[in-house]
Amino acid sequence: MPDHKVLLDVRGLKMHFPIKASFFSKAKNFIYAVDGIDFQVRKGETLGLVGESGCGKSTTARAIAQLYKPTAGEVILNGKDLTKLPPQEMIEARKNMQMVFQDPYASLNPRMTAGDIIAEPIRIFQKRGLIDMSTEERNDRVEHLMEKVGLSRFFKNRYPHEFSGGQRQRIGIARALALNPELILCDEPVSALDVSIQSQILNLFKDLQDEFGLTYLFIAHDLSVIKYISNRVAVMYLGLIVEIANAADLYKNPLHPYTQALLSAAPIPDPKIEAKRKRIILTGDVPSPDKQRPGCNFYDRCSKHMDICKQARPMLKEASPGHEVSCFLYHKPE
Amino acid sequence: MTDEVILEVKDLKTYFMVDEGLVKAVDGVDFQLHRGETLGIVGESGSGKSVTNLSIINLIPVPPGKIAGGQVLFHGKDLLKMPPHEIRDIRGNKISMIFQDPMTSLNPFLRISTQMVETIELHQGLDKKAAKAKAIEMLKLAGIPAPEKRIDQYPHQFSGGMRQRVMIAMALSCNPEILIADEPTSALDVTIQAQILELMQELTRKLGTAVIMITHSLGVVAGMCDTICVMYAGRIVERGRTEEIFESPKHPYTVGLIHSVPRLDQETKGRLYSIPGQPPNVIDLPDCCPFFPRCEKAMDICKKKYPPSVSFENGQSASCWLYAKEAQNA
Repeated sequence: MPDHKVLLDVRGLKMHFPIKASFFSKAKNFIYAVDGIDFQVRKGETLGLVGESGCGKSTTARAIAQLYKPTAGEVILNGKDLTKLPPQEMIEARKNMQMVFQDPYASLNPRMTAGDIIAEPIRIFQKRGLIDMSTEERNDRVEHLMEKVGLSRFFKNRYPHEFSGGQRQRIGIARALALNPELILCDEPVSALDVSIQSQILNLFKDLQDEFGLTYLFIAHDLSVIKYISNRVAVMYLGLIVEIANAADLYKNPLHPYTQALLSAAPIPDPKIEAKRKRIILTGDVPSPDKQRPGCNFYDRCSKHMDICKQARPMLKEASPGHEVSCFLYHKPE
Repeated sequence: MTDEVILEVKDLKTYFMVDEGLVKAVDGVDFQLHRGETLGIVGESGSGKSVTNLSIINLIPVPPGKIAGGQVLFHGKDLLKMPPHEIRDIRGNKISMIFQDPMTSLNPFLRISTQMVETIELHQGLDKKAAKAKAIEMLKLAGIPAPEKRIDQYPHQFSGGMRQRVMIAMALSCNPEILIADEPTSALDVTIQAQILELMQELTRKLGTAVIMITHSLGVVAGMCDTICVMYAGRIVERGRTEEIFESPKHPYTVGLIHSVPRLDQETKGRLYSIPGQPPNVIDLPDCCPFFPRCEKAMDICKKKYPPSVSFENGQSASCWLYAKEAQNA
């Protein structure tokens, strides 16, 4: 169970990508992929990050992992601001923070065996003298990890193409566990998998969390997956967090009009419920994140928008204890 | 939905010869489609859903593929035996398709007008001007704002959801009797998916089109379909009316599938139900129940013989030895 110690603290994180006409020209425009978000992940919990394509979920994960250099903001892991760490210390900090990617086909090197893929993080740290482990110990560790994620250790010398999608994702998870990290950033880890395999992998994530006390930042676009796996959920829209709350609270009592629309749009596998449901159908598409709006990003698609929404940007504030929402319906502008 | 059967698939078998052996992608599929019905075909990747529907309109690449047997009767005529020029008159006209990926199913080099007008001219015998007017009307029906202007744009100027609307407009422009929709919303976001599903439902009801909806999403079939066929390893393992399948699924695979999806409307306590193991490799499948290695209720007979389809009183049917009398006798 999550305790109250904050493991990851993201403050004012911004990630703007320049759009350049050519390599040499100066950037005139930006894609505001992540435009100032704050959240905390407590030790042992799963924070679900949900939103539609282009809302900045993956960029957030990559900016936290320092795979992108954030434009602004702080990413504080275990009390250290990762954005300001010198390269050597950053590598050490990575030991505590690993990633699992969406595409189990693209995220594994096809020329390495499963065993080598899982051992690679350990090998990299050995090379730099950060881990002291004999080759034998490393082999034992790989076999141990494979069994933990539900792969037979006899598959060690097989190549990724010999595995199915679900098994590959297990290899990816074993690799993420290799260094015994506290935090795992999971970027859509089940969306490429079939229904029956998806539930196996979700269970595996839960089992590993219970066993190793892992903390997850779990990104997905599927609301029911997020509901199942998360303790708390943050909903993103166009580079901003619009609502963050306990999973149970958010699904029972969604406050932001976007969260409400998102929940009502998701199909439920029960024909009786489907026949009775009233959908909030949003008009139009998600706008392009290539400009910063003075008002609320959701203004154009919102059925409850007011004049103020166009002029000022709502802040993420507590509407009830532990339930934060950025919408003028719940708090007046200052 | 009426009682008139417009499409009947009988014992359809589509095989592919690959280096490793024979892939029985579709191995004896039967179903009927009634006028105005929406039929859902559900299954996981590799279960043969898409191949079934490509076979119906004779779009299987030969070789490596081969339609090894069966009939597809459209108004009593076998589409599989039709000469190419006759089936061309039906494809895109009486039976049309929407594919999963709206990015790749439109030609990126041609304006929407060129792509739509061509179809309408060809099948409806209208002149260019009338065909364009019809195309604009269809785009408008599909909810594209300012269709007069948008029709002269290229596919890349449309968003994913808008492209799928164009595909729907195009598919319905010749008033088809059957619309085959192959994962029409899988590439789209939830809010856009809701828009597109609503549009499809509204338009096909208005035009009286029967729909074959291929999808892996149980949520989509629950909301859209009158009847469901569940496919596993190239065969239909269970079929019936949507409400009955969800209320009392019979085949252990269907049961597992329904229970392994996390639910938005319910609390899932503890672990999620999951079907153990992997979907089977369909190369050189033995003639037994392909689900038995993953089945909790597997019996000896399951390893020996493929189960017959057993019908229940409510019209539901399942291919499983649990319900076959022979199992009790054996």
